[in-house]
Amino acid sequence: MVSVNELRTMYEQMVTARYYEERLQEEYLVGKQPAFDISAGPIPGELHLAAGHESSGAGVCIHLRDDDTVTAPHRPHHIAIAKGVDLKKMTAEIFGRKTGLSKGKGGHMHLFDPDVNFACSGIIAQGCPPAVGAAMAAKKRHTDSVAVAFLGDGAINQGGFFESLNLASVQNLPVVFVIEDNDWAISMPKHRVTDVTDGSQRADGFTMPGERVDSDDAVAVYEAAGRAIARARDGNGPTLLEVQVHRRMGHFMGDAEAYRPESDISHSKRRDSIERLAEDLRAHGVEDDEIDEIRERAHERVDEAIAWAKEQPEPDPSEAYEDVFTNPPAQATTDGGYSDSGSTSDAAADGGEQ
Amino acid sequence: MATESRDVTQATETDRELTMSRAMVEAIAWEMRENDEVFYMGEDVAEYGGIFSSTTGLLDEFGPDRIMDVPISETAFLGAAVGAAQAGMRPIAELMFVDFFGVAMDQIYNNMAKNTYMSGGSFSVPMVLTTAVGGTYNDAGQHSQTLYGTFAHLPGMKVVVPSTAYDAKGLMHSAIRDDDPVVYMFHKRLMGLGWMPSPSGPKTPVPEEDYTIPFGEADIKRHGNDVTVVTLGLHVHRALDAASQLEDDGIDAEVIDLRTLVPLDTETILDSVRKTGKLLVVDEDYQSFGVTGEIIARAAEGALDDLSEVKRLAIPDVPIPYARPLENEVNPSTDKIAAAIRELHE
Ligand SMILES: Cc1ncc(C[n+]2csc(CCOP(=O)(O)OP(=O)(O)O)c2C)c(N)n1
Ligand SMILES: [Mg+2]
Repeated sequence: MVSVNELRTMYEQMVTARYYEERLQEEYLVGKQPAFDISAGPIPGELHLAAGHESSGAGVCIHLRDDDTVTAPHRPHHIAIAKGVDLKKMTAEIFGRKTGLSKGKGGHMHLFDPDVNFACSGIIAQGCPPAVGAAMAAKKRHTDSVAVAFLGDGAINQGGFFESLNLASVQNLPVVFVIEDNDWAISMPKHRVTDVTDGSQRADGFTMPGERVDSDDAVAVYEAAGRAIARARDGNGPTLLEVQVHRRMGHFMGDAEAYRPESDISHSKRRDSIERLAEDLRAHGVEDDEIDEIRERAHERVDEAIAWAKEQPEPDPSEAYEDVFTNPPAQATTDGGYSDSGSTSDAAADGGEQ
Repeated sequence: MATESRDVTQATETDRELTMSRAMVEAIAWEMRENDEVFYMGEDVAEYGGIFSSTTGLLDEFGPDRIMDVPISETAFLGAAVGAAQAGMRPIAELMFVDFFGVAMDQIYNNMAKNTYMSGGSFSVPMVLTTAVGGTYNDAGQHSQTLYGTFAHLPGMKVVVPSTAYDAKGLMHSAIRDDDPVVYMFHKRLMGLGWMPSPSGPKTPVPEEDYTIPFGEADIKRHGNDVTVVTLGLHVHRALDAASQLEDDGIDAEVIDLRTLVPLDTETILDSVRKTGKLLVVDEDYQSFGVTGEIIARAAEGALDDLSEVKRLAIPDVPIPYARPLENEVNPSTDKIAAAIRELHE
């Protein structure tokens, strides 16, 4: 049973994640109006916002510890927030700053935080194999840590996903695969490209349980994820979980969603998991004042992180040559090439070494 | 001669200008009308019309059986294109970003590229693999590569890289009619997308009728006598800009657009190098073991005595970084090209 404190935590993470996406949406559009130019403004490149996905990140990650591994796909912010990724450094990364998680080399689809064992891949389903590897390491080292791979409903048609299920299953590894089903893969509705409506049925071909949470109710996600993660931690092997979420925004910023029926857009906005969780809090006797306080605290934290990120310096162009290798080869190429060890230790002195 | 900055003489019969994406789509539509065996499949190619407008409007004319959205299963649908091609159809399959080749490379380089040879010529694979390439918009290391050299390196694929609407249309006609697998790599920045502004060069006059551009014919986009610049894709336009900047200083650069990497038009490169004696190769792919090295090797093999100096500009063997100052540093800019031409000229 979920405790009232856990409800509070999930609520705080969810309002943080929602407000974060709303604020990033504003920041992203700076310099991109009236004519949208993807390479203009303080946040260039693609931006996939996760408004409507919050219950999945919060309901799953609340069961995780820092030593548990999470891999996330191209839409990672809500998951990163729930896993405890440093919000300031993550925001600085999204703004392409020197003090970002990856010193500006990764950007929003490629967030990496070793402190909480969080990593991403922008390639569909390709976070699954590394999650299996983290689980393999945990098993070999006889720790009780687990790994969770998040992926979208469109990603369950990718070979790397199937291969990961089998490897996890045949080796009985402590890993949970979480499908975030928002019914869409960019412009492709699920029924056009996926043969099952319930993605957790993909588990049927393997000796692992599959379970679907049919709503974005954070408490329902909490319960299903709790079972799956406990099973993994107890050495009983992998689980495939699917959770219904909603895409409240376009696939990426700039997506006009011309392909999407108006009814589907309004449907996804009507069902708000955050409101529902606030009701759960009230039902547990939490006063409105406290709920407001949690929300305000979350907003403040987001605003602070964004303000901080925007003040951070941009990386120096010379940093482009650093970090290709952990041990850079001694020789540099004539036109730049690899960094020498001197610049690597500069980076460490800047706080790159924990 | 030096003042002629764009050689579009072949297309001067018309004033109708198209973006590169419109020109590509026009060729695909023409071929689909002519030949029922041609069909197009990929992710988001139906209603969406291709993330980079590679199929805009085609669903309306040809319907969902011939303009097919497919699951995010690149191994399955690129491999299916190989199978359909071997069965005699002429599929066009789109890999949304070339960077995603990793999940399906076996179908590309072991089946698509090799089945003709390994069957002793008894099978052909008349398919086109279309794919978006390139950076300059801060999409980081998994979405910004060109990988020209990777595809050109592996034998069995013809590799096409248009830089203008005129070339894009003619090369697409040739690609679909070709009996071999063709990898058609279009640069996002050249497509004429509203949300990713193109430089002015790629939008050119395009004849309404069908026409082909043969593979293996480079195009001299600017004639000059002092320095030979060999390049492709987006960097054709950067090289042209650099060349016109240098005009005032009396430096007369020749800009060669390769247009196809496989086959490669070595003769046009050698002729130019014999004239100028100086060679700069500019590429948006990784520097080592790639296009720049190959072009320089061919120039050395064929015209070593005429060659007094060579230089290359490419991505300096690092993954494409996200942040703007970092990406700008590694992607050869107009200024860097101009500086390199100047150095060669001195
Ligand atoms: C192998 C591969 N193919 C295609 C893409 C392009 N792509 C990025 S997101 C996306 C749709 C993903 O849909 P889904 O998995 O349902 O996640 P959602 O975006 O809905 O959260 C596609 C096709 C990619 N990144 N990697
Ligand atoms: Mg989806």
